[in-house]
Amino acid sequence: MTRLPLLAVENLSMRFGGVIAVDDLSFTAYQHEITAIIGPNGAGKTTVFNCLTGFYRPTDGSLVLMSDGRDFRLERLQGYRIARHAGVARTFQNVRLFAGMTVLENLVVAQHVVLTRASGYNIGGLLGLKRHRDAERAAIARAREWLDLIDLTERADEVAGNLPYGAQRRLEIVRAMCTGPRLLCVDEPAAGLNPHESADLAQFLVSIRDRYGIGILLIEHDMSVVMGISDHVVVLNYGRKVADASPAEVRRDPAVIKAYLGEEDD
Amino acid sequence: MRWAPPLKDAGCAALVALTLAFPLIGFQTSDAGVGFTTRFAWVGVAAVVVFVGRLLLGFAPQRFRLHQRGVRSTAVSDGKFVKLAAAALIVFAVLLPVTPLASRRSIDLATLALIYVILGWGLNVVVGLAGLLDLGYVAFYAVGAYSFALAAQWYHLSFWEMLPLSGMTAAMAGILLGIPVLRLRGDYLAIVTLGFGEIVRIVLNNWTAVTGGPNGVGDIPRPTVFGMPIASGAPVGVTTFNQFVGIAYDPMQRLIWLYYVALAVALAINWYSLHIRRLPVGRAWEAMREDEIACRALGLNPTTIKLSAFATGAMTGGFAGVLFAARAGFVSPESFNFQESATVLSIVVLGGMGSQLGVALAAVILATLPEFGREFAQYRMLIFGAAMVAIMIWRPRGIFTVRAPSVRLDRP
Amino acid sequence: MAYFLQQLVNGLTLGSIYALIAIGYTMVYGIVGMINFAHGEIFMIGAFISLIFFVVLGALGITWLPLALLLVLLIAMALTAVYGWAVERIAYRPLRGSFRLAPLISAIGMSIFLQNYVLLVQGAHEKTLPPMITGGFDLMQSGGFVVSVSWLQLIIVGVTLLLMAVFTAVIRLTPLGRAQRATEQDMTMAALLGIDVDRTISLTFVIGAALAAVAGLMVTLQYGVIDFFIGFLAGIKAFTAAVLGGIGSLPGAMLGGLLIGLIEAFWSGYFPSEYKDVAVYAVLILVLMFRPTGLLGRPEVEKV
Repeated sequence: MTRLPLLAVENLSMRFGGVIAVDDLSFTAYQHEITAIIGPNGAGKTTVFNCLTGFYRPTDGSLVLMSDGRDFRLERLQGYRIARHAGVARTFQNVRLFAGMTVLENLVVAQHVVLTRASGYNIGGLLGLKRHRDAERAAIARAREWLDLIDLTERADEVAGNLPYGAQRRLEIVRAMCTGPRLLCVDEPAAGLNPHESADLAQFLVSIRDRYGIGILLIEHDMSVVMGISDHVVVLNYGRKVADASPAEVRRDPAVIKAYLGEEDD
Repeated sequence: MRWAPPLKDAGCAALVALTLAFPLIGFQTSDAGVGFTTRFAWVGVAAVVVFVGRLLLGFAPQRFRLHQRGVRSTAVSDGKFVKLAAAALIVFAVLLPVTPLASRRSIDLATLALIYVILGWGLNVVVGLAGLLDLGYVAFYAVGAYSFALAAQWYHLSFWEMLPLSGMTAAMAGILLGIPVLRLRGDYLAIVTLGFGEIVRIVLNNWTAVTGGPNGVGDIPRPTVFGMPIASGAPVGVTTFNQFVGIAYDPMQRLIWLYYVALAVALAINWYSLHIRRLPVGRAWEAMREDEIACRALGLNPTTIKLSAFATGAMTGGFAGVLFAARAGFVSPESFNFQESATVLSIVVLGGMGSQLGVALAAVILATLPEFGREFAQYRMLIFGAAMVAIMIWRPRGIFTVRAPSVRLDRP
Repeated sequence: MAYFLQQLVNGLTLGSIYALIAIGYTMVYGIVGMINFAHGEIFMIGAFISLIFFVVLGALGITWLPLALLLVLLIAMALTAVYGWAVERIAYRPLRGSFRLAPLISAIGMSIFLQNYVLLVQGAHEKTLPPMITGGFDLMQSGGFVVSVSWLQLIIVGVTLLLMAVFTAVIRLTPLGRAQRATEQDMTMAALLGIDVDRTISLTFVIGAALAAVAGLMVTLQYGVIDFFIGFLAGIKAFTAAVLGGIGSLPGAMLGGLLIGLIEAFWSGYFPSEYKDVAVYAVLILVLMFRPTGLLGRPEVEKV
């Protein structure tokens, strides 16, 4: 099966005053693949995510998302448009759920763009038009499907902030998926989870990749997850790329081992 | 029961109270600035009150203590109690003029209460739902009132013509004032909106050619009944409502009609507010309040969402302004100062930001409080200020802590 | 030209007063990240306490001006500082860690409370004080207009500069100053390193209040008339000054204060003075829209 490129990062640089967080980074992520970005703390991984998702404007370089024959230059798109038009969704290092709203509401908000259009920019909704009601029902049904997948259907009407940590992480991923993305960026999803939960999460990501055929970009420190599910690994250190290969090759790469100084938890 | 720590605590508090009360309560200078009197007895009273209060707090059960830092006290209601209470209130409001409680003063007061309810609901959208702390809300109130007053004066437009027009004007003002503050975070947004409110007031006060300056604008028409004024007589060619129906004119009729008009507007706004929460834009407001960054990551456009909150809130404020102008018959800049914004804010805060019923109840209480006595009128703002602090410390989500979700899985 | 100079003199004097109040805003914002809405009222309370004690001391027979001034200064600073401490303790400390809007709303409530408290206990009428420090000298004369500088104006600017210098030295050189700067940078880390964060924050409020009290004293001397509402306006203007100079930056607060004072003075001198407050509000809005970090502030990167 030929690999279809999804995201082409070329010469990406991000400078904050005198600090160079990302230095001339280039790599490609492919469709139907899980690409992991790993590296010691401070290597610039989350900075790359922030550039990809419009929270930082890159100092240099290009980020091209390719899909259905269309190209999106992410470094030129305004923040929210990246999620809305280019279809790049993400989760955050510190879970950012709408903690005061319910689990279901979180997922329905994620479908905001679709629902707004269907409600005729809210006017139709106010008038109670059928199109709006149908769209709402569909959105709830879609949310329910996802909730079933992560076993949260029973807690759909609970306040999201009260969920246990692991459930919150899963919910955040599912919320990102509800936007119907082409590329899902997951930032340290296994942080704070025990080995059993991490394994479940890893499987969950694989199932998403298989069912929806999207590309997944993964930042992670837990090597068992990274090595277990990634199709492709990019290693960063001090903002520069140190390796870009399959998990097995990266594992053996002396440069990578040096960068981590033996940091490997299995 | 250990006495020592609470006693020590209370003692320290009393000492502080003594120090605070000493200069400002203890002394009262005569206005000429040369003589003074002392009121040390009151200083002592203050210290004792604080001592006792702190002591009681020290022994209070855990329930009454400060809410735990960082823990979310959000419960989700099923809305039954709320629906019942709301229905009861509406029935009472509709029947008020025919109950024995009705009098010129009480109906007028009830109309004022309704105006504050509308204001509260309007600001509730901006502060309670969208989480944008607007301290200049009075500006939209003023735009609504003045646009009606001036349109009536120059173009002889009526209440019914101006109600939607003033609402639109206020909504546009909301968008205009919202654009500069889009990227500002909480504190700055608050101060800038406060600045806007003050600018509007100063302009109204000084642009005498247009706004009449401190003298304001008068002769504001009251709402007609299908084009027929309620009056004892009318110019040639105009039939009064009284002539039409054949009953003698009584000033009470005008009051009651205005009251029902206000009630109708309030109910319409209530319906609108409740429904908009369940629409994408309403949910987006709440999501924006919870976490703007997450919203952006989900493809929500913060600009349109914030502006729509401002516009909606402003429009509601405009409606309230029109009613205010009709009730008073006259508008002047001094009704539209920061104190007014602060009052509406305290209504929203005390009522529970986001809670429709809570805000309505808080508005009614606050509007009618001065009527219960001279002392209340004087102490009103003092109590509001203290209550705002107290609510934030004990029950930050307001008196009604429950939040009904906008969509449920089991009963969509 | 002479007229211009006079506005300059007036502006610098006014600006010094704003600068003193602005320091309170900027320090608090730097350390706890919130606008102390009640700070304007603290200034107003300082003014009231100053006036009251001038009267009291006068009645007690202490009429030698330097002594009276010194005593009033110390008393006002001390008592106002207690107010500042109490406000933080009651309205802000319990809310550390609460949701974003909570301390802000609490601050607004506190501001309303203090305003009305003074209104109730001291009355709604404005209070006056006969001029205490009189006299001055003429700087120059041009085209029939005399530029005069009063001793009081000199004292105000002088005292302000002195306090600024002392204060900057304290922040730079003393352990307290270091603790303050550390807490400002990273509260958790500072606590882990053994700094008493609560006490440091309290001290910040106390110092800010003391400086505001000095400003209050100056206003009482300079204008001779105060009322319960002066804190509202002065507060917003001083906050604008802090923002203009760069919130969180001490030299910024001083610079901002002077600039706002100058803007106000020049506006009153050359344009309709009813709109002078609008001019200051406009500055606030423009700065926050186009250069939110102010003149001397550091740009903030959004933490995601």
